[in-house]
Amino acid sequence: MTTQPLVVAEKVRKSYGRNDVLKGIDLEVRRGEVVCVIGPSGSGKSTFLRCINHLERIQSGRLWVDGSLVGYRQVGDRLHELSEREVSRQRAEIGMVFQDFNLFSHYTALENVMVGPLLVRGEPREAVRARATELLRRVGLGDKLGAYPRRLSGGQQQRVAIARALAMRPKLMLFDEPTSALDPELVGEVLDVMRDLADEGLTMIVVTHEVGFAREVGDTLVFMDGGVVVESGPPADVINNPRQDRTKAFLSKVL
Amino acid sequence: MRTDHSADDPKSAAPDEPPESASPTESAPEGTRHPSATTDGLGDPDLTIRAIPQRHPFRRLAAVVIAVLIAAGLWSAITNPRYEWDVVAEWLTAETIVKGLLKTLELTAMAMAIGTLLGIVLAVMSGSRNRLVSGSATAYIWFFRGTPLLVQLIFWFNISALYPQISLGVPFGGPVFASFDANELITPMTAGLLGLALNEAAYMAEIVRAGIISVPPGQLQAATALGMTNLQTTRKIVLPQAMRVIVPPTGNQTISLLKTSSLVSVLAIPELLYSSQIVYARTFQTIPLLITASIWYLLVTSILTVLQGFLERRFSPDADRPDRRRTRLRLRKALT
Repeated sequence: MTTQPLVVAEKVRKSYGRNDVLKGIDLEVRRGEVVCVIGPSGSGKSTFLRCINHLERIQSGRLWVDGSLVGYRQVGDRLHELSEREVSRQRAEIGMVFQDFNLFSHYTALENVMVGPLLVRGEPREAVRARATELLRRVGLGDKLGAYPRRLSGGQQQRVAIARALAMRPKLMLFDEPTSALDPELVGEVLDVMRDLADEGLTMIVVTHEVGFAREVGDTLVFMDGGVVVESGPPADVINNPRQDRTKAFLSKVL
Repeated sequence: MRTDHSADDPKSAAPDEPPESASPTESAPEGTRHPSATTDGLGDPDLTIRAIPQRHPFRRLAAVVIAVLIAAGLWSAITNPRYEWDVVAEWLTAETIVKGLLKTLELTAMAMAIGTLLGIVLAVMSGSRNRLVSGSATAYIWFFRGTPLLVQLIFWFNISALYPQISLGVPFGGPVFASFDANELITPMTAGLLGLALNEAAYMAEIVRAGIISVPPGQLQAATALGMTNLQTTRKIVLPQAMRVIVPPTGNQTISLLKTSSLVSVLAIPELLYSSQIVYARTFQTIPLLITASIWYLLVTSILTVLQGFLERRFSPDADRPDRRRTRLRLRKALT
């Protein structure tokens, strides 16, 4: 069981009307692996990430997380849509961090981290509070427990968002351009937290523009363009010796 | 500081020196002296601004005119015996009037409750992907906002002319389970309540819809990604945030409804206005009784305004207090 990859994508296709966004993505993510996905905007990398926790519905192909099909149940050779509750249960196992943080603006930092375990898992309040406090301390925000999101800087908000996702004890973390909305001087503090998580062995898929981070922290670098995976491999190989022209062209622009 | 100065100052050192001796050599230390002089916090005493303030003649004139008008109004209110303040005082707490007030409060509360619930349903319906569902909500709002409330009230009052019998059963000529005489079922009170509530629902639907739309979609995505169900997301994330947008206009609606409920006096429902009318129809003390009713309306709307302020603060836990103060200041500036 443990040798089985955590995420398997097989010929994943997604389109909005006539606009094909994903044109057959194949990808495997091992347990504990950090996969960084880079590519020009509109390449479908964020959409692919959102398919993994079924925020977006795929039209064809198969997606498995930890051995179970995302959003569907296979009975014989027919697929049945999962009920809302079952999909929610799948999503609860997968943490997601957004570009725009999306902290709940009517909750304090602490409440933001507590709301998931309390509401979704029904865990006892005191235990949740203790763990949430500990998580916020870990991301360096032990003194901001009672602060509302609008009082926090972008970097602080994003670290709260990471703590919020971690509070659910996810087996997989999805990062959707977590530093793209940040002022340059705040990028480092968020990347530091992510680096720690990677060191602890958390499985992560990171859509990012930070090629430096991908090279340093990533186990695998995936370059996507036009809805397909153009090239993937160890970050150093892809960055230093890109085999495809499209990869070369993209890297020459961002490096 | 100052003593240092006077020591350096060639003028104070030699006060008898004639002013003509102000040579370029002297003006140089004079020039360098100024920045250090301001460090005592008050600046150079010679440079302190004691300008004659700008005149605002029209502002003063307006204030004088208004003061005169207020005085004249008060004077006439006190000296004109036809105000009959004693009658106002006498009727203010009379049983008929207080009962009328309670009826007004009852109508307002019930119409607001029904209107809000129906408004929420309509708001959710108008967000539906099914065109028939969303379209019928739009049509409802279009109809009830597009016709005068007074017309709607009289319409409901006369519904028996259209449907003499109101029946529960299978439509299109199927079996009937229960049938009522419309005249008995639709009493003036039912008609008044129906009119106010159905009309209110149309306005509340728009308010609730605006509130739901105001919640950024990212909030929904974050909640969904955490594993919350639709119901949990709506209850814990969307509604609390929508309330910030919903509460202020809802307070206004309540205050407005309280006053609008006086319209049902045309249906002879003994609310505050109609109760006053009953009295003055008998005693011909029209003005004093209208003043009596107005005092009650003002009192209740004032209380509601204060309550509204409390509620707004309750639903905006992260509100910036300085911001509020700034708005208030700006308002005051705009008004004066």
